[in-house]
Amino acid sequence: MFSNPDILKFIFGRLSFESLPFHEPILIVTFAAVCLGGIGVVGLMTYFKLWGPFWRDWVCSVDHKKIGIMYIVLAIIMLFRGFADAIMMRVQQAIAFNGNEGYLNSHHYDQIFTAHGVIMIFFVAMPFVTGFMNYIVPLQIGARDVSFPFLNNFSFWMTTAGAIIIMISLFIGEFARTGWLAYPPLSGADYSPGVGVDYYIWGLQVAGVGTTLSGINLIATIVKMRAPGMSFMKMPIFTWTALCTNILIVASFPILTATLVLLSLDRYVGTNFFTNDLGGNPMMYVNLIWIWGHPEVYILILPVFGIFSEIVATFSGKRLFGYASMVYATCVIMILSYLVWLHHFFTMGSGASVNAFFGITTMIISIPTGAKMFNWLFTMYRGRIRYDVPMLWTVGFMVTFAIGGMTGVMLAVPPADFVLHNSLFLIAHFHNVIIGGVLFGLLAGVNYWFPKAFGFKLNQFWGKVSFWFWFVGFYFAFMPLYVLGLMGVTRRVSQFEDPSLQIWFIIAACGAGMIAIGIASFIIQIGVSVWKRDELRDETGDPWHGRTLEWSTSSPPPDYNFAFTPVVHDHDSWYDMKNRGYARPLQGFKPIHMPKNTGTGAILSGISVALAFGLIWYMWWLAALSFIAIIVVSIVHTFNYNRDYYIPADDVVAEENKRTELLARQV
Amino acid sequence: MFPMLKRLIQIALLPLLATLSGCNLVVMSPSGDIARQQADLIIVSTVLMLLIIVPVVFLTLYFAWHYRHANTTAKYDPEWHHSTRLEVVIWAAPLAIIVALGAITWISTHRLDPYRPLDRLDAERPVPAETRPLTVQVVALDWKWLFFYPEYGIATVNEMAAPVDRPITFEITSSSVMNSFYIPALAGQIYAMPGMQTKLHAVINKEGEFEGLSANYSGAGFSHMRFKFHGYTAEGFDGWIAKVKQQGTALNRDAYLKLEKPSEREPIRYFAAADKDLYSAILNMCAEPGKMCMNEMMHIDMMGGAGTESHENRAKLQYDNRRIGDAEGTNAATFPATGTPAKSDEQPHNEQGHGNHSMPDTNNGDADPAPAQINN
Amino acid sequence: MSASKTETAENPQFYLEEDHHPENSTNLGFWLYLMSDCLIFAILFATYAVVGRNYAAGPSPADLFDLPLVALNTAMLLFSSITYGFAMLQMERGAKAETLFWLGVTGVFGLAFLGIELYEFSHLLHEGAGPQRSAFLSAFFTLVGTHGLHVTFGIIWLVTLMVQVSKHGLIPENRRRLMCLSMFWHFLDVIWIGVFSVVYLMGVLG
Repeated sequence: MFSNPDILKFIFGRLSFESLPFHEPILIVTFAAVCLGGIGVVGLMTYFKLWGPFWRDWVCSVDHKKIGIMYIVLAIIMLFRGFADAIMMRVQQAIAFNGNEGYLNSHHYDQIFTAHGVIMIFFVAMPFVTGFMNYIVPLQIGARDVSFPFLNNFSFWMTTAGAIIIMISLFIGEFARTGWLAYPPLSGADYSPGVGVDYYIWGLQVAGVGTTLSGINLIATIVKMRAPGMSFMKMPIFTWTALCTNILIVASFPILTATLVLLSLDRYVGTNFFTNDLGGNPMMYVNLIWIWGHPEVYILILPVFGIFSEIVATFSGKRLFGYASMVYATCVIMILSYLVWLHHFFTMGSGASVNAFFGITTMIISIPTGAKMFNWLFTMYRGRIRYDVPMLWTVGFMVTFAIGGMTGVMLAVPPADFVLHNSLFLIAHFHNVIIGGVLFGLLAGVNYWFPKAFGFKLNQFWGKVSFWFWFVGFYFAFMPLYVLGLMGVTRRVSQFEDPSLQIWFIIAACGAGMIAIGIASFIIQIGVSVWKRDELRDETGDPWHGRTLEWSTSSPPPDYNFAFTPVVHDHDSWYDMKNRGYARPLQGFKPIHMPKNTGTGAILSGISVALAFGLIWYMWWLAALSFIAIIVVSIVHTFNYNRDYYIPADDVVAEENKRTELLARQV
Repeated sequence: MFPMLKRLIQIALLPLLATLSGCNLVVMSPSGDIARQQADLIIVSTVLMLLIIVPVVFLTLYFAWHYRHANTTAKYDPEWHHSTRLEVVIWAAPLAIIVALGAITWISTHRLDPYRPLDRLDAERPVPAETRPLTVQVVALDWKWLFFYPEYGIATVNEMAAPVDRPITFEITSSSVMNSFYIPALAGQIYAMPGMQTKLHAVINKEGEFEGLSANYSGAGFSHMRFKFHGYTAEGFDGWIAKVKQQGTALNRDAYLKLEKPSEREPIRYFAAADKDLYSAILNMCAEPGKMCMNEMMHIDMMGGAGTESHENRAKLQYDNRRIGDAEGTNAATFPATGTPAKSDEQPHNEQGHGNHSMPDTNNGDADPAPAQINN
Repeated sequence: MSASKTETAENPQFYLEEDHHPENSTNLGFWLYLMSDCLIFAILFATYAVVGRNYAAGPSPADLFDLPLVALNTAMLLFSSITYGFAMLQMERGAKAETLFWLGVTGVFGLAFLGIELYEFSHLLHEGAGPQRSAFLSAFFTLVGTHGLHVTFGIIWLVTLMVQVSKHGLIPENRRRLMCLSMFWHFLDVIWIGVFSVVYLMGVLG
């Protein structure tokens, strides 16, 4: 086609036909499925003429509620990818015995476990948690939106751009084969020369911009936008955990950014930060990445603690026990999370005193965490517990998380860690807390707040099916890994020699199968609920007898959230309002000042994908062009001063009257 | 450590142990004293934690059942949300356990510090005064293990042995990326890192054949980066040394450089005579002729560097790029699908000049087949 | 139940009838951003502290740095901070032309700073002391270069703001933006003082 290879190389960098995985049947089938699905979606959207509304009402939306929903949709889509990786690993490990190499060669397997970790942490757990914080926090503090609505839209699209970059690696080129934290020297240019680590770096960098900005945004929102009367010690507990989480985000993601910048300089420019030679120090990377990495763990778990606190109080029909100690516990965890990073590498040969120091600080974290457990426990005490699906998840969490916490403290004892580090025991431990903690909490949150977001409850039956399959599946999938860890089996191994291990891997694979049914039931639950939404309709806006402000408005809330800004007297403010004869205002509505939608965020993130793609494949022209485009688009955006508008009073009146009618029908 | 406690635990864990009897929990029933103490520590910390976990789980289930909505006889007190006495208990109870566990952690971390020479062979026997530990120098290669026995002048690949009840001092390094040296039956793991040396002290108390492995993912051949560790009687060990000396070949720098190239499922190999300074050269990343050793570099750096007229030192210190342009030796599995060496077109122009010329032996691999080929 | 009525225990006020305008969050938000940026520099400083003496048998700071030149460079940046201060004073007075003048002076000083820095870099590269030479030089170029990159963006932002001020005048939006850039510019100054002391002074004299 082209006669001059130099031109080809200039245009395509290191991209060529060989980069496409034609030799991997699994990927070809996946690609075909994704294409068919994509064509289906595009076709349907075109047929129903949804592109316009999709662009205007969703892509350009600066409404924190829509952005929150989009975050969660992104997380659920990425959960499928991450879980597909998990199933593939489970199957591989269950069959790769007695000289059988399994169906995945190490080239493929090593990408899968790396992708599984990266996707589950960065593109499932993070957007899920951020989605909840986005949706719930402004409602809980009685605000009409976040502090910087445009930034919020931009943050979401940058997170999505990161996810897209990671997904591209599935079909063009390859992903990193380094483990999810990409330790150098293995991830350096000389030992991993392909595009895999570059996909990893740029995917995380682009998403990291979004995460950091979203953290700044939510801190400013919580600090500045609370309703009158809501002092810090009257904030709902979820908002408290969100505040601590976002402080952690802002104080830790820049570390990740800087560390990955240094790694990319090593790979692209040939610097010597983490190389073996010329004075580089790979141990520095391990330290830096965990200084970010450990707070990251708490970024995931803290908001989930908040979700459980809200649920346990609501469904026990009782005020949260020990609100103040819950708040202090959260803050203590937030601070301590910066003092424990070394426990991820006791085995790197630090001195005994250093190891012991970090071991003990790690254990100290279990004190506030333990206090939280007791707080939930005593919230249930003398309550009237209703076992709707969110509460089931909560009890499941309390039992499972206690076990995970116990194994975590075992790993914090350095000499014990010497035998358990990097073993499947460790894998079992952190899945124990991330599934049993974070994921259970997120699914509880979905069941809890779904009626708020969409105006109808989720189907109970399928919710319970989903819970039980997840719960039992979790124990089947991960208890065997504890045993295998004690048998001296390490992580990231794709083939085994000792046949006595196989039975445990088979049990674990069955557990993963049950979790798959759990996930399927969750999807069915949503499907059935949408189908039968009229039966499940909630017109009160307060289906669970909630206690915080988000339940005081309609479901789904209007664009402006609250027609009048609420005034807060107590920390369960909606419960307080209901108790003290709050009457919903029916007149006196005024025009409401709101931010305008904009497409700039989506455009910038689209260009960022192009920038990352250019950098990954050494298409320097594309990278340079996109970089300039980003700057130009940003500058042009700042020339638009016309960024807000007023919702006319008539529209507010119409909206509120609709609700008045609905509420009147209830009585 | 706590014999009474241990007895109690063993009784408590009996049913669990019965179900697990079918499999070999090597971490919990190891054959070396260090690993034994580490296993005890796991048990002690588990029991301490169970002191609080069991009541919590029990109370959770009990409250969840007792205060269910349907049970209208249970007391309902929607405004009860504070009790100073309870608050003190819920903070103090975990604190007490952590204080105990923290003390155990501090003591055991120092006692089981891998850098600390042993003072006992097992719970009953201290190390006899005249005992000289066996030194084994370990190198993690891509993807096999190389062991030097400086005392005997021999070296082995993927097999090591030690006499029962003689302390072993491991000096551990790696040639390319991070690995972790781990023999579950003997002692806990420690990282093997290039250009650096970590240490481990341990002793094996039982005869037998044990598994050794890398516990830190190190690339494509990681799954098979295993070796056999033999605990022999003193005579058996001498016999093993004699066997190595009899069957082995020589390990000089050339042989090492070939061995160092990536290969998977490497068979056991014996080297009857290993160069004396080879381990130190590997550790200092200067096994290849013409390279500057790390210790020399560090010495120069400590004296304030080598000034601006030291360009030639850069090439002498480049190590990580030794496989680039080396067609056979390239780490096939970690090579890009595109086949383009990563940095070659990245290097600024002025660097390309002295990229290769000071390394006369970079094309060694083309002439002689790498170990990977021999095995395939 | 309106805000004007007095609130009593039986008749608590549960909502504001008048329009609620929460405090503007921009200053706090921007300050948070600066702190996150500060962390990036903290990591680069820490990296420099860890590998800053790993010369890889190559040149050390004493061999490379030209303190008088760096002192001049520092002066440029400090002057630019002072002139930015003047611009802010003029902004407070509402004097558009003077504000623009001092902003322009700030930009010129910034460019001078960048020019000197680039000269220094090219000189180092010419001597064969590029970022690939040793971990020390990698850390040096990254720390100083990241600061320089920030100054570059600051200048682009400054020019953009100058255009906006001359187009729309000192409207509240532009004042807010000038305030943010002011924080950014002084922040870079503070970072540079750290760079100057830790990298240059301690490198050459320490």
